[in-house]
Amino acid sequence: MSHTVLNCGYVPLVDCAPLVIAKELGFAGEEGLALNLVRQPSWSALRDMLALGHLDAAQMLSPMPVAMSIGLGGLPARVDTLMVLSVNGTVFGVSNDVALDIGAVQFGDAKALLSALSFRKGTALRVGVPFHYSMHRLLLSLWTSSAPDLQIEEITVPPPRMADAVADGFVDAFWVGEPWGSVAVGQDVAQLMMTGKDVWQFAPEKVLAARHDWVEAHRDAAAQLMRAVYKASAWLDAKKNTPLAVEILARSEHLSMSPDLIDPALSGDIVTKRNTAPTPVGRFLQFHKHAATFPWRSQAAWIASQLGADAVGIEKAKACFRADLYRQNLASIGADMPGASEKEEGALHFETAVASSRGHMILSPDAFFDGRTYDFS
Amino acid sequence: MNQDLRILVVEPDPERVRAIFDALKDAGWSDVKALGHMSALDRTVREFAPDIVLIDLANPDRDTLEHISHATETSKRAVALFVDETDDILTQAALSAGVSAYVVDGLKMERIKSVLETAIARFKIMRQMQSELDAAKQALEDRKTIDRAKGILMRQRGFSEDDAYNLLRKTAMSQNRKVIDVAHALVTAAELLS
Repeated sequence: MSHTVLNCGYVPLVDCAPLVIAKELGFAGEEGLALNLVRQPSWSALRDMLALGHLDAAQMLSPMPVAMSIGLGGLPARVDTLMVLSVNGTVFGVSNDVALDIGAVQFGDAKALLSALSFRKGTALRVGVPFHYSMHRLLLSLWTSSAPDLQIEEITVPPPRMADAVADGFVDAFWVGEPWGSVAVGQDVAQLMMTGKDVWQFAPEKVLAARHDWVEAHRDAAAQLMRAVYKASAWLDAKKNTPLAVEILARSEHLSMSPDLIDPALSGDIVTKRNTAPTPVGRFLQFHKHAATFPWRSQAAWIASQLGADAVGIEKAKACFRADLYRQNLASIGADMPGASEKEEGALHFETAVASSRGHMILSPDAFFDGRTYDFS
Repeated sequence: MNQDLRILVVEPDPERVRAIFDALKDAGWSDVKALGHMSALDRTVREFAPDIVLIDLANPDRDTLEHISHATETSKRAVALFVDETDDILTQAALSAGVSAYVVDGLKMERIKSVLETAIARFKIMRQMQSELDAAKQALEDRKTIDRAKGILMRQRGFSEDDAYNLLRKTAMSQNRKVIDVAHALVTAAELLS
């Protein structure tokens, strides 16, 4: 049987797991795909390779396809989000000096942390983020916008260098995806103060993206890829599979690092400070449950609005989150479908049952730390 | 010829920096600065105010450069040059040579082109040299391994050097493997058993 070769770009972070598992455990092969994972040195490089056709699909930061679709940042191109690859999974940490300055703050208390940082004397807080068009940066802006006294300087630092950037005094704090927060803690240069979830409880973090024209021309390959990734995300969600997932990701051809650094993100047991017991964080990184893979058009709209898009831009953004393809391609393998493709973002404070194709599905809380809600319907 | 462009080369490898420097200087650009370390990138771009930044396509600092383009005022918008749709050929050449350029001032494409062509030519040579160097290193390593494997056969089986090599070659052919892989296996096995 001949397989369709599909080149998919990724950046080595723990949340590339659905792609790695889809390939390594044969979910892609079962779908008739020869999934070729191509590691990229930077988000800019990945974006250019996708836009110029050197890659068929790619893992992207959730704001990247939105930014490209509304013509922001370097290279305008119609890029679609086929599905969400992961929800949450980022951490905010501060240097040991800043930690001393602000004293004891309850881990995960976004409001208390904000006031503690606002009282800090001195210059602007330099915060390292991985990329300008990242959920990290949007959450940082949203969170700090409610503290006018707090001056923030955003500095882009490639995640693998985040720990060094703190150690060298180049940044005072960072917002980064795992394993790089755990790496900084492991090197005893920083402490983790909260996770992304503490600012927005259900933030789409990485997405599976492809050029719009490629998707239109390769309907079958897109469907095969989506089904393989969907099955991989279901596999990843089973607790019993975590140890094997950690081992596979740790291999040299993927993340090439010690399993100890990968385990926190997948188990949710986060070590916030060196030589202390881990803090269990529920829903730290979600791949599957609570319709995590569903590309809500309202998520795209929220991202676009945070990027300053007008009504036209918001509609363009909604169109690039392909809930239609998700419904078309995943119903056949029994994926439950929500009744609507948009929701009021931030409205859910508890797990909530909503109408779905199979009766009802449970959605995760998606509230923001300040209680705001966003309705784009 | 307007040769008054300020050019910043972001490249951690001093050999490569020198090669690109020389190429640019030979072509008539003298206001060239190199930077190998990322932590100074932001400051250097602000202070040196380059017109063009040259960087390897695979350099992770590209994301930082992209950000600087957002941070500086709009008149100084950085553009990833090889995606400038005005020139597909240049784009392809830049991609294949692995060079990426950022234009920090709204310069005319024509002025940038010659800088870029010079840099691309040099990047290509550097890349070729690098892969030749890697290949030579690998060949040397392989040679050592094969010599060790031959030595083992000569010591343990009393073979001549030629016979030892022929046995390796025959084994490789019959197992549909490379000579080097058979030699590796033999050396590893001998280490385990010694």
